[in-house]
Amino acid sequence: MTPAPHEIDPRHLLEQMLLIRAYEEAIVAGSAAGKVPGTCTSVGQEAAAVGVVNALSGDDLILTNHRSAGHLLARGANPGRLLAEVMGRRDGYCGGRSGSLHISVKELGVVLTSTIVGAELSLAPGVALSQTMLGKPGIVVCFLGDGAACEGSFHESLNLAALWNLPILYVCENNHWQAFVHRREAMSREHVATWAQSYGIPASTVDGNDVSAVLTAATAAAAQVRASRRPYLLETWTYRTRGHFEPDDQGYVDPAERDAWLARDPIALCRDRLVAAGSLDAAGATALAARAADHIAGALAFAEASPYPAPDALTDNVYA
Amino acid sequence: MPAMTLYDAIGAALVEEMRHDPRVLVFGEGVATKRHDLVQEFGALRVRNTPLAEGIIAGTAVGAAGTGLRPVIDLLFAPFLCYAMDELVNSAGKLRFMSGGQFSFPLVTLAMTGAGWGVGAQHNHNVEAWFVHSPGLKVVMPSNPADAKGLLKAAIRDDNPVLFFLDIGLLYQPGEVPAGEHIVPLGQAAVLREGNDVTLVSYGKTVHGCLAAAETLAAQGIAAEVIDLRSLKPLDEAAILASVTRTGRLVVVHEANRLCGIGAEIAALVAEKAFARLKAPIVRLGGPDAPVAASYPLEQAFVPQAAAIATAAATLCQRQAT
Ligand SMILES: Cc1ncc(C[n+]2csc(CCOP(=O)(O)OP(=O)(O)O)c2C)c(N)n1
Ligand SMILES: [Mg+2]
Repeated sequence: MTPAPHEIDPRHLLEQMLLIRAYEEAIVAGSAAGKVPGTCTSVGQEAAAVGVVNALSGDDLILTNHRSAGHLLARGANPGRLLAEVMGRRDGYCGGRSGSLHISVKELGVVLTSTIVGAELSLAPGVALSQTMLGKPGIVVCFLGDGAACEGSFHESLNLAALWNLPILYVCENNHWQAFVHRREAMSREHVATWAQSYGIPASTVDGNDVSAVLTAATAAAAQVRASRRPYLLETWTYRTRGHFEPDDQGYVDPAERDAWLARDPIALCRDRLVAAGSLDAAGATALAARAADHIAGALAFAEASPYPAPDALTDNVYA
Repeated sequence: MPAMTLYDAIGAALVEEMRHDPRVLVFGEGVATKRHDLVQEFGALRVRNTPLAEGIIAGTAVGAAGTGLRPVIDLLFAPFLCYAMDELVNSAGKLRFMSGGQFSFPLVTLAMTGAGWGVGAQHNHNVEAWFVHSPGLKVVMPSNPADAKGLLKAAIRDDNPVLFFLDIGLLYQPGEVPAGEHIVPLGQAAVLREGNDVTLVSYGKTVHGCLAAAETLAAQGIAAEVIDLRSLKPLDEAAILASVTRTGRLVVVHEANRLCGIGAEIAALVAEKAFARLKAPIVRLGGPDAPVAASYPLEQAFVPQAAAIATAAATLCQRQAT
């Protein structure tokens, strides 16, 4: 069973967010130094990932996209194996065949990751159909960006999920950016939730930078999908504070908008709340951050030590 | 052996495989309406009509295949596959490899194509080579009802995504079909007629043009061997090379455009691996680099016909004689 939101230690959520931040910062530094390929980081969106993933149970299946580190780490992926994958090494979860953009980890229920924007939406109904027809209890969680919601596959997916009663929790991480285009330039409506409602799918929008609010909303949404065996769309309202892909000078970003979101950093928000509530002191907070940094330093060393795949394995796993 | 049409042979394979494996399901636009017998036997959950949305039909099949089901989808006419290209090419074809082998995608996509109904270029376009060129996919195109049944059974049991092309012109032609466990393995060509003078390689409806041409050639004293590829990927290279090594002459025939078609691949294969055995240049007969017209005479003119095949083969044989 999924624990109720109040049963999850908020310090655990903070620790996960710190781990994700440390992981992304290691990639940023590594890519600036030419040691790690650039990625689409999830900096600024940690609460949206951690809040949702902690609302799930072990038999739920997750489909994600190119900006997936938060989802994977919150689900318990080993950061060393993730970094090895990003670096194209043999110990990566996909043997180095994916790189950062399409990491699936079947053993954690993270399935069929595609970096074709919107492909997760086209695949999700089939995954939910399998769950239903094979009598499995898990629901399917499909992470998508606001950009993916502009693809035709979003609309085809939601229509089919509503029509066929598929147990899918769509989680739209509305981070205001679709690569180098602001959502205002690309969407006829302010919110993706509005689009979902037009398919008869219940939907809501939550402050994606408040991890407790996301956890509460996602727990309720997942419970509704579990009970109704019908889709739900949760929109997490958040912001991509780094660029689309490393490196990115973000010269196209309105500094006032970005600064306003930086002032609402999800990690600082959570930490300050814990300190104010007396569940954490300043030294404890520093210690948690240091532990996350240590964990990632060890992971990076593991990944760097992992060998590259042998060239003669070039065509492995093309066909069953 | 009962005689049935290719359309009914597909139905027979579906019934047998749905009985054989409860994970098999079929869906598409109008599938439950047209194959009502399947709905009656297997129920509305395993035989479904879908919205008119080829992308999500294919994507749903890929997602289901990747997580434990064995879907067969009917996307109707081959040009409609354009709406499903991401799902078939980027997801079905690549996600096994890209995930380091964590997933497999046992799914079959049915699509009709070819001359016969005068439906024009947006319903008739032989696009099979596109999928041969896409890694991770298998491609088949039967020329008769028995192979249609046997190949579909093999395709449903295969753990890879299979594109299954149905030739419109052959759909309602009857043929003998073995009952029960008749399986045609993917990747095995059939030698339909033996001969030592020239090899005619084809698939789909032009196989029948080759057989008719072989009759004409026999009357001229030329023994043509006719090979029906049946599978385009995996390609039965051994069967092609064994025949051409013996005859020394090759005519490849298909309805699809010649340009970058299957014939180009086969010509290259033979040039690379059996050049020394060739007694004459390789000939490719195929459609022009043009969309197909709806008008009946133009639609027929697109397709290599028996007379042209016989002439091409006879010319090759004369070349050697002089
Ligand atoms: C079909 C397709 N078009 C374009 C791209 C290039 N691209 C990669 S991510 C991205 C932005 C996606 O925006 P969104 O869905 O909002 O996700 P975010 O990056 O904001 O997390 C684009 C345009 C792609 N990978 N796939
Ligand atoms: Mg976005």
